[in-house]
Amino acid sequence: MAALPPYATLGERIWHYSYLAICGLIFLFLIFPILVIIPLSFNASPYFSFTPEMLTFDPAGYSLRWYHDFITNPNWQGAVRNSFIIAIFSTIISTFLGTLAALGLSRSNFPFRTTVMGILLSPMVVPFIISAAGMFFFYSRINLQGTYTGVILAHAALATPFVVITVTATLVGFDRSLTRSAASLGASPARVFFRITVPLITPGVISGALFAFVTSFDEVVVILFVGSYKQRTIPWQMFSGIREQISPTILAVATILILISILLLASVEILRRRNERLRGITST
Amino acid sequence: MNKVMKLMLIAMVMIAFSAGITLAKTELVIVSWGGAYTASQQKAYHDPYMKLHPDIQIINDDSAGSGAAKLRAQVEAGNVTWDLLDALASDAIALCDEGLIEEIDHDKMLAAAPDGTPASKDFGDLIASPCFIPEIVYSIAFAYRKDKFDTPPTTLADVFDLKKFPGKRALEKKPVANLEWALIADGVDPAKVYDVLGTPEGIDRAFKKLGTIKDSVIWWSKGAQPPQLLADGEVTIASAYNGRHFNAIVAEKQPIEMLWDWQHLDLDGWVVPKGAPHKKEIMEYLKFATDTQRLADQAKFISYGPARISSAPLVGKHAEFGIDMKPHMPTAPENMKHVILKDHVWWGDHEVELTERFNAWLTK
Amino acid sequence: MTNPDTTQEILTTADGVPLKVSLKRALRRKKRNSLLLVAPLFLFILLTFLLPITDMLLRSVDNKIVPDLLPRTAPLLAGWDETGQELPGEDIYHAMVEDINEGAATKTILRLGRRLNFERAGMSSVFRKTARKVKGLQQPDSYQAEMLKIDQHWGDINIWRLIKRESGAFTKSHFLSAIDRQTNDDGTIGPKPEYKQIYIKLFGRTLALSLLITVLTILLGYPISYLLATLPTKTSNLLIILVLLPFWTSLLVRTSAWIALLQKEGVINDLLVAVGLIANDHRLAMIHNQIGTVVAMTHILLPFMVLPLFSVMKTIPPSYMRAARSLGATRFTAFVRIYVPNSIPGIGAGAILVFIMAIGYYITPELVGGTSGTFISNMIAYHIQGSLNWGLGAALGTLLLLLVLALYILYDKIVGIDNLKLG
Repeated sequence: MAALPPYATLGERIWHYSYLAICGLIFLFLIFPILVIIPLSFNASPYFSFTPEMLTFDPAGYSLRWYHDFITNPNWQGAVRNSFIIAIFSTIISTFLGTLAALGLSRSNFPFRTTVMGILLSPMVVPFIISAAGMFFFYSRINLQGTYTGVILAHAALATPFVVITVTATLVGFDRSLTRSAASLGASPARVFFRITVPLITPGVISGALFAFVTSFDEVVVILFVGSYKQRTIPWQMFSGIREQISPTILAVATILILISILLLASVEILRRRNERLRGITST
Repeated sequence: MNKVMKLMLIAMVMIAFSAGITLAKTELVIVSWGGAYTASQQKAYHDPYMKLHPDIQIINDDSAGSGAAKLRAQVEAGNVTWDLLDALASDAIALCDEGLIEEIDHDKMLAAAPDGTPASKDFGDLIASPCFIPEIVYSIAFAYRKDKFDTPPTTLADVFDLKKFPGKRALEKKPVANLEWALIADGVDPAKVYDVLGTPEGIDRAFKKLGTIKDSVIWWSKGAQPPQLLADGEVTIASAYNGRHFNAIVAEKQPIEMLWDWQHLDLDGWVVPKGAPHKKEIMEYLKFATDTQRLADQAKFISYGPARISSAPLVGKHAEFGIDMKPHMPTAPENMKHVILKDHVWWGDHEVELTERFNAWLTK
Repeated sequence: MTNPDTTQEILTTADGVPLKVSLKRALRRKKRNSLLLVAPLFLFILLTFLLPITDMLLRSVDNKIVPDLLPRTAPLLAGWDETGQELPGEDIYHAMVEDINEGAATKTILRLGRRLNFERAGMSSVFRKTARKVKGLQQPDSYQAEMLKIDQHWGDINIWRLIKRESGAFTKSHFLSAIDRQTNDDGTIGPKPEYKQIYIKLFGRTLALSLLITVLTILLGYPISYLLATLPTKTSNLLIILVLLPFWTSLLVRTSAWIALLQKEGVINDLLVAVGLIANDHRLAMIHNQIGTVVAMTHILLPFMVLPLFSVMKTIPPSYMRAARSLGATRFTAFVRIYVPNSIPGIGAGAILVFIMAIGYYITPELVGGTSGTFISNMIAYHIQGSLNWGLGAALGTLLLLLVLALYILYDKIVGIDNLKLG
């Protein structure tokens, strides 16, 4: 598909270029909505569209006022703090439990593997609204509704499947002879684990942790039910902002979040490539 | 990896510390409606109170919209985290009947009027339930875009007249107020609206009338939406809480004008959840926040009528814009020519059934 | 094994344990170790996730509130024949008075009123009125006559039928409501009046829109996945960022982006007006309706189609196509007959994934769907936080959960859960 052979007919050429044009439009559909937010967030007026001043690149049409509002507004300050507290703690819990479980599941003779795997991955499949409803009723009953503990546990439960999946994926290509030869050379099981297994699965664990972090950091349905205003996170604040008073501050927050997701995307990609290199899989 | 872990640990410790510092004061969690409304309470009640009591920190929770549901869950779990809830009179009646909120001895617990009139007399018949401390009288009323019509709409019937007054309408996604309006616009005697609405034929008639504009309605569910819809030009006439319209007209200088005809008057006030964590402190706060001056102060920031008779003469100018607030109150005589007084008890019985029917009607 | 004489004996390890036993023990230990590794997460998921879900399932049939608040009346009603035309006897009226009296003292009776009001409008006020006046009754001649004086509804046999029907610890009424049915006064089950039917329609709309979104993601995802799979790695690695960036961007960011684009005074309408395609006062309504939901959700779910499709397409050897062409097939035939069938597993995986995610969506329809573009999830949220009919919300949630589980099993059969890949 990359290049047309020199003997291609005119019809083939036309088809080829229109196909490329269609693909270009689809890529535009994917990326344009995200990019369009960035200039709009510097809008000097409280609208969601380009003002004439903006289109003529008049500096008066641009301002940082929405960023200023984001930084100084106590509602957003609290939301940023809560987002980090909740995401960090739920990431630690889910990464720890998820990695252990993935190590256990990857052993060849694990009983009822499919069933257990199905149960462990269920939080990812059940629609968030159902998880949220169930947790709302149950956590209310055990005094966890509207507490940091409740929200962190809920987010950890939602995030563990991602850790299990990424760590398991790292272990699929895991060469067992490495641990065996280390053991036969006299290394204690602990030494084998820390010197051989840990370095090999680390990229998987870190990308699992990143997934877990993002799951919590982006999650909005469950926190709307399980959390209260005290636990409001950035997505909570954005959701109520969009429903209440939609202001361009939301676009400023969105722009910052886009930058964060670019960083996350880059780190996951770097980890993936490092993992492939470590395991001797050449990038195809 | 080690470095990353260390950094994460340091970050966690720092966050834990910063979270701990704010806990030194007694925190009162007050649940209200958010937006301009909570802002007016902040300025009129919370800020002055915290100034008088530096050991108190008031936390605003904006979830009054689902307040009754969350309160029920908290009481059921025996884990009440709210100290005070802002609720509609109809919700207060139901919550009080179910024993989920505290009964109030208005005369003992609240301040008397400056002339010594006891609180129960000062609030008068606005005390809709023994658990309810009235705060404001508000209304759901219409407003329209001045620039979209050559001759402006003046009556409720005009709202239903799409030919003479083209453009979309914004209405609340609830049967309350809309059904009453539909019947009055259809010619029902306004004094008998609830009697007619109590019969199956009356309900059919109301839905039929609403159906005549249904295709041109955008339904809103949050108070801030209708002024936004008007400002964005999505609709030409919108119903909204009158304070929200006021904010759009005066603060945001939008080309919007009120249409008070048959405004739907309702009550809003405070209720104290059973088992509130700081009952003593919150009762002290209430004594301050519901006195004559404070209620009048709130009207400096938002155009809702104070619930005490003694507050009315104290209503003055807007704190920021300096305009006289009296003509913007739903209770101003010139705005009161045609009003619907919401029948809280009637709606308490029929809201479930009519909402069910309303939702089904919407998906048709 | 160095000594050939010992070959006849049982093989033992250095400390004399037979090798077979030792091996078995080692295997058992290994098994135990792996179980121990999985156990913490298993317990964690059980407590924080599966128990709450089970709790919700039970809530959809739970009706304890009625027998709990009518401890005297409920057992007596069991002996009353509701099929006849006779009102319950004096003993039952007496029991009801006592139950209401007790419930009024503890302020719990109105919870019962609220519960029964979901079944029949007005029950709430029957109980409220009665609870207020019943206190004064001191050994009257006839409890029935006194109750009828307080509220004539107590003479309506259908109210007693309703109370008897709902006096058990479990109820089926929430599930019946969830499929637009009800128990009629004569005890038969039938459809709700037409003007109250909503949920079947809403389930239908949820499925139809999800299907439409799935089809759109296939139509948009297939060409670019094919391009990515056939381009040289360097180029495709760059282009795939255009898919991954939206994937990693917060759902709310993307939803607010679409609000900025689609609304009346938004970017797209401005553009169309500027180009002259539409008049300024005829701006298109593309949000707060089904268009808004479908466009925004297609955008949000497209990466979930492209990624599995791309990974399957990468495994199709280019030589297949070349072989087909060298055997005389046209480009088109080779593509349709060879490439497409080979990529079906990718389409299947992506389609089920997108469909599962779509039918449970809540946030995006809530923000951009208006009334015509909302899903069943929005109704569940409404019953939990708005109408407070938790039983009905739980019943709707249970039905949605069953639907998703069925699709999940289908996905497992076709793709295998283990093969789920991310990024």
